[in-house]
Amino acid sequence: MDGKVLTVIIGMMIVTYIPRMLPLAILSRINISKGLLNWLSYVPVAVLSALLAPEILMKDGQLQINLSNTYLLAAIPCFIAGFYSKSIFLTVVTGMVTVVLLDKFI
Amino acid sequence: MVRSEIRSELKEGIQAALPVVFGYFPIGMAFGVLAVQSGMTTFEIFLMSLLVYAGSAQFIAAGLLAAQASIGTIVLTTFLVNSRHLLMTASLAPYVRNINAKLLSLLSFWVTDETYAISMGAVVKQQKSKWYFWGLFITSHLAWLSSTVLGSVMGNFIPEPQRFGLDFALPAMFIALLVLQVRHKKAIAVIVISAALSIGIKLNLAGSWNIILATVISATIGVLIDKWMEKSSQSLSA
Repeated sequence: MDGKVLTVIIGMMIVTYIPRMLPLAILSRINISKGLLNWLSYVPVAVLSALLAPEILMKDGQLQINLSNTYLLAAIPCFIAGFYSKSIFLTVVTGMVTVVLLDKFI
Repeated sequence: MVRSEIRSELKEGIQAALPVVFGYFPIGMAFGVLAVQSGMTTFEIFLMSLLVYAGSAQFIAAGLLAAQASIGTIVLTTFLVNSRHLLMTASLAPYVRNINAKLLSLLSFWVTDETYAISMGAVVKQQKSKWYFWGLFITSHLAWLSSTVLGSVMGNFIPEPQRFGLDFALPAMFIALLVLQVRHKKAIAVIVISAALSIGIKLNLAGSWNIILATVISATIGVLIDKWMEKSSQSLSA
């Protein structure tokens, strides 16, 4: 097994476990400051958007905002499915099916 | 607790995991297929699913590993992506005071987006014992392990995963998680700013710095918007 992959897995394990564990372990004893909590409340939307935008708006390192970008087109029904179903499963399936259909017909 | 109560709570937890199991299978299999194609072995995929257990971070890590990103970049990006769980377990904390802190620290390992949603839905209605959570969490984790390993085995036989839309599984999951996280209009401003920054930085800077920089800057702008709105509402009322 690759030593780099093992190091990555252990590092990921630690930084994934700590945010899950800390509030349940210490929140009853320590109060996090309101300002930090407010900043943290913006991190999820910020990071998800930072990850998503290049995936659907760029292709091969170039900005691609046009109708030949199937990912961008598929994102539209995906957002609608997410908004109405609030289900990760249904949103993912909608996205995957749309991409397959777009690849077939465009 | 008597034995019959333990058994019924355990059973209830396992049943509550069913929607999570259905949700994990397509995503887990998509991850397995793509991770194999980006150079990971089935054993590495199994180990990652066992020890990290975080869908979107695992996708990102597989992509970054294939792109030869540094260990630091992968771990820091994982931290930012998974920091959202901090707020989830924080909101869960008041409802699980019946379970001791040590055991909660252990159980928190299994809090994912999906198991959080199920847990929260259950505890706001009625207090749940540790047995409910064991049932829910272990069943869900087994589904994640088996689906990602199954996907990695299939990945060796699927030459073109894009034909099945598998490579859109990750962006679609980001969209789902993003929609679930939006609770007020200010969040939309942060989303737009972060998207623009992420692309702007990616176009001008090599590596994966766009994610970390865009996140930190746009979250800070979010806080500044809050401060600014607070001030203007104060001056209006004054």
